[in-house]
Amino acid sequence: MTDNLANPRITARTMNEDSDRVSGPPEILKAKIRADDVHAFYGAKEAIKGITLDVAEKEVTAFIGPSGCGKSTFLRCFNRMHEIIPGARVAGRVLLDGSDIYDAEIDPVRVRRRVGMVFQKPNPFPTMSIRENVLAGLKLNGLKINDADRLVEESLQQAALWDEVKDSLHLSGTSLSGGQQQRLCIARSLALEPEVLLMDEPCSALDPIATARVEELIHELGGKYTIVIVTHSMQQAARVSDRTAFFYLGELIEYDATDTIFTKPSDPRTEDYITGRFG
Amino acid sequence: MPRHTDLEYEEELRQIREHLLLMGAKVEEMIAASMRALLERDSDLAAKTMRLDTQINRIEMETDEMCVRVFARRQPVARDLRFLTMVLKVVTDLERMGDMAVNICERVIELNEETPLKSYVDLPAMAEAAQGMLREALDAFVEADAERAQAVIDKDYVVDAFYSQVFRELLTYMMENPRNIYRATRVQSIAKYLERIGDHATNVAEMVIFLVRGKDIRHSGKMSTIKPPSGADLGSVDSLDDLSKAK
Repeated sequence: MTDNLANPRITARTMNEDSDRVSGPPEILKAKIRADDVHAFYGAKEAIKGITLDVAEKEVTAFIGPSGCGKSTFLRCFNRMHEIIPGARVAGRVLLDGSDIYDAEIDPVRVRRRVGMVFQKPNPFPTMSIRENVLAGLKLNGLKINDADRLVEESLQQAALWDEVKDSLHLSGTSLSGGQQQRLCIARSLALEPEVLLMDEPCSALDPIATARVEELIHELGGKYTIVIVTHSMQQAARVSDRTAFFYLGELIEYDATDTIFTKPSDPRTEDYITGRFG
Repeated sequence: MPRHTDLEYEEELRQIREHLLLMGAKVEEMIAASMRALLERDSDLAAKTMRLDTQINRIEMETDEMCVRVFARRQPVARDLRFLTMVLKVVTDLERMGDMAVNICERVIELNEETPLKSYVDLPAMAEAAQGMLREALDAFVEADAERAQAVIDKDYVVDAFYSQVFRELLTYMMENPRNIYRATRVQSIAKYLERIGDHATNVAEMVIFLVRGKDIRHSGKMSTIKPPSGADLGSVDSLDDLSKAK
């Protein structure tokens, strides 16, 4: 089977750039994030054991693996969220557009503005209206907002929520359904104009229809933003991502085009996990 | 290979696998019986063998249904996905082989109403080769052995060569005496059916390689890369067209 026939995003690039390639993982032309021998610790426990991996720009990359494999920890290393946990630390380098986000002079808050995050449970600010929620990130960052109305509309449009809430922007963010709340959180992240969006199980608290909406959104945003998603649902990884990385016991086992991972993975541990033969 | 954590899923896949093997065994039985009916001029056996086809058709439909159910409920991936897509294709090949055996039986019944044209030497050997290909392809499937499957594909040459041989011989009979044409074309059809059975066995073997290696080798120009075994090229006259050109 020809690799990635089904994925225009990957196929177009690999074919144009290197027409002789017939198999093997598609090359990453531009790495938005480069993790270089990253180790992450909780106290003495090493949760990530030296992972090197490139995240392709403007693609969706999924991290999968059983509970405790380190995929969420690894994700949180990408915007310096891991070190917030007491006793937690990171070793190695994480390069965002080539510069190490762990450099001493780098401000973690600035990193988090460029690398946004969406969490498992929708967490709109309960005392704020929908509109205020969208603008919250900017306000908290002390940024000047030039055209708030336009920014609110654009962010909600991008999050595919505008049509549903445009007449009720003053209502509380928590008045929305779970799926709408999650899209509101995505809009809140997008308002900061991030370059990367990290998503930690963004659909696990949503019903199937809300999940489908968010998944469609993720796939759409993938062409504009670099997205990394951690998910327990392998079907979700298969549906939304361009590349998939499989983690096990703090190590990266296999990283390849999603189509390859789900049709003919090369490592038997990946095969066992995704086919449900684990443990 | 480790078992699925979900044992019910494991059981579903096992049943599909068993269905496929059962279907393969029935097809083998049909081919063998159709040849016996030819050699022993046994029209009753031919008629009985034809009825086996309904069983094969039933197994095909059941297998299809089981596969679709697993697709809907389990969203299979990787090896399981390759296995199920393979099964869906292979059952079609097996079913076609069953149809070929039915056609052989039909020709046998027609031939049995006539006096024998000749004694059969190449046809039984050809049938044995084609049936052997099917058996080997199914064994390769059971053992998940890609090399064995490749050997089946390579062997298709032998069956094709037999067909050319039989065809040339029958032509001489037909040229000798037009009265032979009715019977000779029946025998020639049987040879063609066997040749097609060999082709279907090749398809099965190709799918086994897909299952094991995840690599689709169909339509990859195998004829240009595989050399025929020495002495297997028993003639290049495959059709009446070739013959008229040769004249």
